[in-house]
Amino acid sequence: MADTVSATRLSAWGGGGSPFAISSNKLGMWLFLVSDTLTFSALVIAYSYVRISTENWPRPFEGSSIFLATVMTFCLLSSSLTMVMAVESAKKARVKRTVGWLLATISGGLLFIILHTNEWLGLLHEGVTPFGNPWDVPLFGATFFTLTGLHMTHVTGGVIYLGTIAWGFAKGKFSAEDVEISGLYWHFVDLVWMFIFPMVYLLSCTL
Amino acid sequence: MEALPGTHSTRLYLTVWSGLLVLTIAEVILAYMALSVGLMLTLLISFSLLKTALIVAYFMHLRFEKLSLTLTLIPALVICIILLFIFFPDSLRLLELRR
Repeated sequence: MADTVSATRLSAWGGGGSPFAISSNKLGMWLFLVSDTLTFSALVIAYSYVRISTENWPRPFEGSSIFLATVMTFCLLSSSLTMVMAVESAKKARVKRTVGWLLATISGGLLFIILHTNEWLGLLHEGVTPFGNPWDVPLFGATFFTLTGLHMTHVTGGVIYLGTIAWGFAKGKFSAEDVEISGLYWHFVDLVWMFIFPMVYLLSCTL
Repeated sequence: MEALPGTHSTRLYLTVWSGLLVLTIAEVILAYMALSVGLMLTLLISFSLLKTALIVAYFMHLRFEKLSLTLTLIPALVICIILLFIFFPDSLRLLELRR
């Protein structure tokens, strides 16, 4: 009898340990990412919905903007690589190297923001605004700017987040796990772009 | 140097990164091929799912975590798929109505 009680206590689901074997901070980030996945999937589905149901959907992305979007994808993918390097260095307690890799990640994010803002300004200059465009399909602007805008907000937030982590890790205020958790967020932002890039750009390119 | 717990080789990450780049370039080439929209959409989404799997498994370390954490993430995926199956047929219906 006593044996069964202690066995239940010892099992992870009986309260004997952490069921996920990770800290509550990391679990919290994972759960936030789950909710963020649903937010983004709602926006991607909204974009696809209005795109399919509109016959004359505008396709403004030609050669040069597809090339730029590919470069932006490259920026995010490479910043993900520098991010894992930062996490590895943080685990090995190499502070300078960690901060260096984090700064590389931040510059990848900043380059993405600059290229994306430039693309937005070009579109706005052509008269493609969130409320209207030359092709008279206002829903294009509405869904395009909402989807890419929320993603850009995430990248901007991520740059600030990583900056704070780099500063705090150099000062010894944050642990290697804090760096790893910020990495989870950064990879997620990269991951969302892996859907926006084909859905918005590649499927709309004019040959 | 002796490997610390939870650390992995740089080569693993470089391999995953180059895999992601190859898949991205394949997607761009695909976009310029004259395929039917249905086939193109299927291929692009499959490639994106493959890239997501690589990022989540290796960059986000999910492969090295407990199975219970992976299982916790499944419901969100199921909800996304259900949403797709509800909204795609409906958007086609709307297209027919507008014609």
